[in-house]
Amino acid sequence: MTNTTATKPTGGGTPGGGPVTVSTERTTGPIASILRPRELPVTIALVVLVLVTYLANPLFLSAQGLKDLLLNATIMIILAVGQALVIITRNVDLSVGSILGLVAFATGTMFATTDLPIIAVFLIAMLLGAVLGAINGALVTIAKVPALVITLGTLYIYRGLNNAWAGGTQYFADDRPDAFGNLSVDTVLGFPVITLIAIVVVVIVAVYMAGARSGRDLYAIGSDPDAAKLFGIPVGRRVFLAFLANGLLAGLAGVLYASRFNSVGATTGTGMELDVVAAAVVGGVAIFGGSGSVAGAAVGAILLTTITSALTALRVDKFWQQAIVGILILAAIIIDRVASLRTAKKLRMSEARDV
Amino acid sequence: MTIDQPAQSAQPAQPARSAPPALSLVGAAKTFGPVVALADGTIQIEAGEIHALVGENGAGKSTLVKILAGLYTPDAGDFSLAGKTVAFRNVADSKAAGISVIYQEPTLFPDLTVAENIFIGRQPKNALGLISTGAMRKAARALFDRLGVQIDPDRVAEGLSIADQQIIEIAKAISLDAKVLIMDEPTAALSGVEVDRLFQVARGLREQGAGILFISHRFEEVFALCDRITVMRDGRYIATHATAETTVDAIVRQMVGRDIAALFPKQETEVGDAVLQVDALSRAGVFTDISFMVRAGEIVALAGLVGAGRTEVARAVFGIDPYDTGRVSLGGKPVKAGDPQAAITAGMGFVPEDRRKQGLVMDLSVARNATLTLRHQLARFGIISGKREREAAEGWTSRLQVKTGSQEYAVSTLSGGNQQKVVLAKWLATEPKFLIVDEPTRGIDVGTKSEVHRLISELAGRGIAILMISSELPEVLGMADRVLVMHEGRITAELTREEATPETVMHAATGSLEGAR
Repeated sequence: MTNTTATKPTGGGTPGGGPVTVSTERTTGPIASILRPRELPVTIALVVLVLVTYLANPLFLSAQGLKDLLLNATIMIILAVGQALVIITRNVDLSVGSILGLVAFATGTMFATTDLPIIAVFLIAMLLGAVLGAINGALVTIAKVPALVITLGTLYIYRGLNNAWAGGTQYFADDRPDAFGNLSVDTVLGFPVITLIAIVVVVIVAVYMAGARSGRDLYAIGSDPDAAKLFGIPVGRRVFLAFLANGLLAGLAGVLYASRFNSVGATTGTGMELDVVAAAVVGGVAIFGGSGSVAGAAVGAILLTTITSALTALRVDKFWQQAIVGILILAAIIIDRVASLRTAKKLRMSEARDV
Repeated sequence: MTIDQPAQSAQPAQPARSAPPALSLVGAAKTFGPVVALADGTIQIEAGEIHALVGENGAGKSTLVKILAGLYTPDAGDFSLAGKTVAFRNVADSKAAGISVIYQEPTLFPDLTVAENIFIGRQPKNALGLISTGAMRKAARALFDRLGVQIDPDRVAEGLSIADQQIIEIAKAISLDAKVLIMDEPTAALSGVEVDRLFQVARGLREQGAGILFISHRFEEVFALCDRITVMRDGRYIATHATAETTVDAIVRQMVGRDIAALFPKQETEVGDAVLQVDALSRAGVFTDISFMVRAGEIVALAGLVGAGRTEVARAVFGIDPYDTGRVSLGGKPVKAGDPQAAITAGMGFVPEDRRKQGLVMDLSVARNATLTLRHQLARFGIISGKREREAAEGWTSRLQVKTGSQEYAVSTLSGGNQQKVVLAKWLATEPKFLIVDEPTRGIDVGTKSEVHRLISELAGRGIAILMISSELPEVLGMADRVLVMHEGRITAELTREEATPETVMHAATGSLEGAR
């Protein structure tokens, strides 16, 4: 074994003679841990994409262009952050598109039929999202059926409720107060207000995931659920809360959707769940749980929403756009797989040395 | 505990100190249905000693460890720590009482850092109530310093060597203030340097007053490291010796010294030409330079301790796993590596160790299972006819006397012995020239065991070459024409039926063949 670190004086407490130094590999300092390799590829891809597009079409990064990019990414960022919470625990929530749709329609209804203040609408909408997420969480933790199946079921149930409730009704921009719509128009320091909300969400959840014991528990659960149980981590409760938080964030995304887009109705948010999962995976969140970060998921969301605009600006046929998203997903998974295979091989060879 | 005594001084078999032992388990018993896993589990570990526990596979060591770890509740017996009676309901109880188990393959969270793996659930916090990575790193460093090792606390656990993972488990145990450390075959996957480091850590902990239970199959390690040795056999406590006052021979005799209760006479058969020929097969880190042959009508046993690489060799021969170098041929023709279908076509069959997971599809019928290997022959235009399937199944299942109400019953309804017969039927239907049977009687009751043995013997009588992997010495000695013994990935002995005795096999299996002579 190579020893790359200087042997430390170990004081009087060292038993059995001098220290034996074995295997000290690359050190991950504070900077390295913020920009962990998992988030690196997606960040590079985003930077390259933006630069190339800008060089080809400078209008892409004009003040209005930039604002459009941010607005487009905002809702996907919030959804991807919530989804990352769930995927890190080795689960998945496919019902987020339906939750968003139901909450967006509820928001439209509240503005059209009541005089509730905007802040109350926000709170009620997020509460509704949290309840829908909690139902997912309860089903997953109590029924012990894979989340993929449970949330596939609630995807249809929530969408069905939305259909039954909305019927042909749609609410438009003039049904809601101007102040609410302006959240997606006004900017602070160049950022639209709803984008700032998304950034606050990313920061709060990122700090929680890195700094709270229960946040770290989510990684442990996704890394090895059985071992987590053995360590006394309350696996069921943590997973339940992850689903609840994801529902709450999907609810927030639903309100912001109603602010950002002109109309909400029975089909709002249909199909978004796959884009969200794709954003998280492209952003370096391992689909089998245990690793990745919400920051990475957020960058993944920006990348996926930016690609569409970029390819349009580059005049790439829009039929190609989805295929390119698919290639990105495969690339993310292949990079992950190659890395873990390399680790496994290294381990096997290092053990083989002395046999 | 005082630590001014030099640790190397030999301790008496029954230390003359008045303090109660750090851990004392007397007469512990554990049964699972009709199976007695442990009849008399007895062990006493003093504070400040390293105590070895030795015994054959199935001697009850694992069950005893699981009782100490709080995984099993014993049916009977007295269990006390430092004189206080304890009863654990779960692992958390055992940990809280100061017992930590270091397994051969630790379960770390691969995606978390080393420091977090040590402190998960009790990470130090800063003034804001957030985890203080700095304090955690420092605490981890302090633990590693105390152990005299260096591991980067900030790297993720994925990719760490087994040796480093064990050290991390030990660090965690110390941080939990463990009084008794149980190391369950910790050296099995370690290299020489790593073993030295582990021993240094263990000796250091002994000086600091910890009691250590060291379970190992390697006698040179037991004798180099441990103060006392407890021997178990057939689920019972046999004896405890001071290491200085005993020898490898004496220990081996106590480990195997039983009457071979049931004999498994193999029919005399005409041994023919070599059927299977294996030349210099190697797979890095798994097995090295394996060469042997099996002749028609011959039963060759592959003996050795769990983890010696026996199943891995069999899987490579059959093409389930790849191998790096070497060659396998059947009937003089080379068999394609890494391709089970080619192996089956060439005339091989493989009855795996875990029949529930690998040998049978539990929810399918007896008939469907027995004819799985014949799917293509039975199908007409790609569709399997139920009638032809039943007819084909009937032939072998009746010859093997599978006791089932109907061919249509799901295999999961059968007893273990009858399930094993269905697996055998499945392979016999392919008319193999060479058959691998891996632990053919594991988990099968005594009555059916001899029936399975009779069957295997009959198959050899029909001229099939058989390679039998078995951890049960009586089975090996009773059934085999020749015994190959593996130890840590190599064949350490080839014994004829006459040469094979419990002692010769056990010496070769523990790698102490030279030491004994």
